[in-house]
Amino acid sequence: MGAEKSVAIDRDVDIVTARQIGRELAAEAGFVGSDLTLIATAISEVARNIVVYAERGEIRLSLSSRNGRRGIEVIAADDGPGIPDIEQAMQDGFSTGRSLGLGLPGARRLMDEFEILSEVGKGTIVTMRKWRA
Amino acid sequence: MAVPVLKQGDVLIASIQSALTDHDLLQLKDELAEKVGRFRSRGVIIDVTALDVMDSFATRTLRGLAATTRLRGAETVVVGIQPDVAMALVELGLTLDGVATALDLEEGLEVLANLTEAHHRGR
Repeated sequence: MGAEKSVAIDRDVDIVTARQIGRELAAEAGFVGSDLTLIATAISEVARNIVVYAERGEIRLSLSSRNGRRGIEVIAADDGPGIPDIEQAMQDGFSTGRSLGLGLPGARRLMDEFEILSEVGKGTIVTMRKWRA
Repeated sequence: MAVPVLKQGDVLIASIQSALTDHDLLQLKDELAEKVGRFRSRGVIIDVTALDVMDSFATRTLRGLAATTRLRGAETVVVGIQPDVAMALVELGLTLDGVATALDLEEGLEVLANLTEAHHRGR
């Protein structure tokens, strides 16, 4: 599965670009209808997290396949301040920035798989995947 | 990209044409708060038909916009939320509490007529 795209994130307009490219790639993977919107929305949330907390980072998008199922993988990586308490950050309504605190837990609900690795002072990597029905 | 705002009687109609950045959304909020005063508007309609994504930031900004214009004496109705967008909002756990919604512009104007009547009767 060759297609891979990378979007540099360092200001709000990049959030729009990332979710638009993500939607196109998801369509290429064969997603249709509301799944395209769910994927684009999840990308928007993790991209905004980069802008708000880390200032800059990158969204990497790729087609993925596992056990004969096709899907899309979204990686949001930054070398920002990191998340001291991931469990807390994943709770609805928890926020240290100017947000509702629904970004990460919301993105997790929209996708099938969601992993987060973060180290204080080093950065954060969110990996999420969605598989076609 | 700026959102065109039309004045139709005592209603302002903001018709979003394409995807908006966070900055565009905040600018729309400020602009409407100012125009509601300048034109003595009693209602605001935000047409989001063209939005293919409404995330937590967009939702929060629209709620803030409605609350701000209400304090300035005008009710806000959001119209045209796409079915897929509505589903995503529900999945995200986002609501537009305190913001009236309607299917399209026509219904939005009807909702607005009822709301503004109530508002100016002192609810």
